[in-house]
Amino acid sequence: MTTIAVIDYDMGNLHSACKGLQFAGATTLVTDSVQQLEHADGVVLPGVGAFDPAMQHLRSRNLIEPIRRIARSGKPFLGICLGLQVLFEGSDEGTEEGLGIFSGTIRRFSPEPGLTIPHMGWNQLTLTQPDCPIFKGISPAAWVYFVHSFYAAPTDASINAATVTHGSQTVTAAVAQDNLMAMQFHPEKSSSAGLQILSNFVSTVRQGQPVAA
Amino acid sequence: MLAKRILPCLDVKAGRVVKGINFVDLKDAGDPVELAKAYNEAGADELVFLDITATHEDRDVIYDVVYRTAEQVFIPLTVGGGISSLETIKKLLRAGADKISINSAAVRDPDLIDRASDRFGAQCIVVAIDARRRPTSATTPDQHSQKNTEKSTGASDLTGELAGWDVFVRGGRENTGLDAVEWACEVVRRGAGELLITSMDADGTQAGYDLTLTEAIASRVDVPVIASGGAGTCEHIYQALTTGKAEAALLASLLHYGQLSVSEIKDYLHSHDIRVRQ
Repeated sequence: MTTIAVIDYDMGNLHSACKGLQFAGATTLVTDSVQQLEHADGVVLPGVGAFDPAMQHLRSRNLIEPIRRIARSGKPFLGICLGLQVLFEGSDEGTEEGLGIFSGTIRRFSPEPGLTIPHMGWNQLTLTQPDCPIFKGISPAAWVYFVHSFYAAPTDASINAATVTHGSQTVTAAVAQDNLMAMQFHPEKSSSAGLQILSNFVSTVRQGQPVAA
Repeated sequence: MLAKRILPCLDVKAGRVVKGINFVDLKDAGDPVELAKAYNEAGADELVFLDITATHEDRDVIYDVVYRTAEQVFIPLTVGGGISSLETIKKLLRAGADKISINSAAVRDPDLIDRASDRFGAQCIVVAIDARRRPTSATTPDQHSQKNTEKSTGASDLTGELAGWDVFVRGGRENTGLDAVEWACEVVRRGAGELLITSMDADGTQAGYDLTLTEAIASRVDVPVIASGGAGTCEHIYQALTTGKAEAALLASLLHYGQLSVSEIKDYLHSHDIRVRQ
C-alpha cells in the first residue's frame, strides 16, 4: 500500500487533490504531523491562496524545517500551485522568506494589452524534460488547467520540466529535480492528463524511482 | 495561449438535474454526478451547477452533490443559484467547488463581491448578469419592467434601436434599472474574476447570442466573459467567441437534448482556427 501524505496547512481545499491521488491508487493521509510526513512513502504540498499566509501557516505549524528536511531526504515530493511557489526563496507577492528548496523567486505576470491576469483556464504545456517519469504517457502539448497570477523564475532554468506561454510570456509550468517535482497547474483539475500525472507520481513513489528524469 | 471554453450548465433542484436530459447510456440521467462524469468524458472544459432549489430545507443538498461530483470529476466546477453569504461560499468551496457564481445577491449587496473576492480570491468569484435590451424609445422603468416580464416565445429581435441593456434579477422577474455594461464594470472593480452574461432576449430562442451585448461588456473589462443564451448552432458559438469577444460559451438544452455534442462544437471551432482543448 502506497501512502501519500498531503500537507494540511489550511491553504485551500484538499478534497480534489486527495481524490485524484486515490483515483491513482494511493492511500492519502491529510496531516500536519511531522512524524506522519516522515513515515509516508511520498509527500504532496498543495495550496491555493497567497504566498505570505502560506508561509505563515507553515511556520505556525512548525513545518518549515521538517519540509526542508523531507524534501532533501530523497522522499518523493510533489508541490502543486502555491505548493510549487513556496518551494522557492521568495515572492513578489509578499515579504515572507520561502522554503528555499529551489533557488529563484516568484514573479508576477507583466501586464500586456488584452492579457488576462490571473492566467486562468486551459493552456498547453511544452515539456522541457519530456523524459520525466511523471510525464509518462503525456502528450508533448498536453492541455492542463491553470489559475495563477504569479510564476516561478528558477535561477537554474534547467530544473524546468515544462513551460507554458501566456501572451508573450513563457514561464515555468513545472520543475523537477531528483525526488522533487512541482507544478504550477492543477493536475487534480486537468481531467485525464492531470490524472495521468498524479498516477505517474504514485507509480514513482511505489517503485521508489526519482521523480525527475 | 488559453483555450476558449465550452461549459455545460446543469440545473439542479433538490439534488436532481431538472430539464430532461437525453444522454444515452446513463444509469440515472437525473443524477448530477453521473451527468458531470459524462460531460467530462465528452470533453467539457468546466461544469456549472445552477441550484434552482426553491425551499430552504433542500438547500443543503447541493453541498453533498458538489462533494460527490468533486470526488469523481476532475475539471473545474462552478456553482451558482441563491448564494448570498460568505458562509455559503466557504462551504461550497470546501465541498469541492472551484468557483462560485453570484447574481441577485450581488445587486442587493454589491459589497458581497468585495468581501468574497478579498477572502477567497477573485479567481473563484463569478458574477452572473441577466441582461435585457432597452429600446431607445423612452419608457418608464415600471412600464418597462412590466413589458419585459412577458414570456418571450419566438425568435428574438436583436436588431432594433438600442439604448442599452437593463440588469434583471430574481430569475428575470425584476428589472433593477441598472445598466448592464456599467454594472459589469462595477462588479469587476469590486473583484469579480469572471462574468457570466445571459441575454434574456436571446435565451431559449436558439437564434444566436446577443453578440452586441457580450462584445459591449467584454471590450470594457479585463476579466473573461462567458456568453450565455441563444446558441442554436456551432456558428453561433463561433460568433460569440470571435465577434462577441467571449472567452467561453455556456450551453444547456442544446447539449442536454443532444442537438450538438461538445466534440462537434470543438471540431467546428478548431477547424475555424479557434484554440480549443481536444
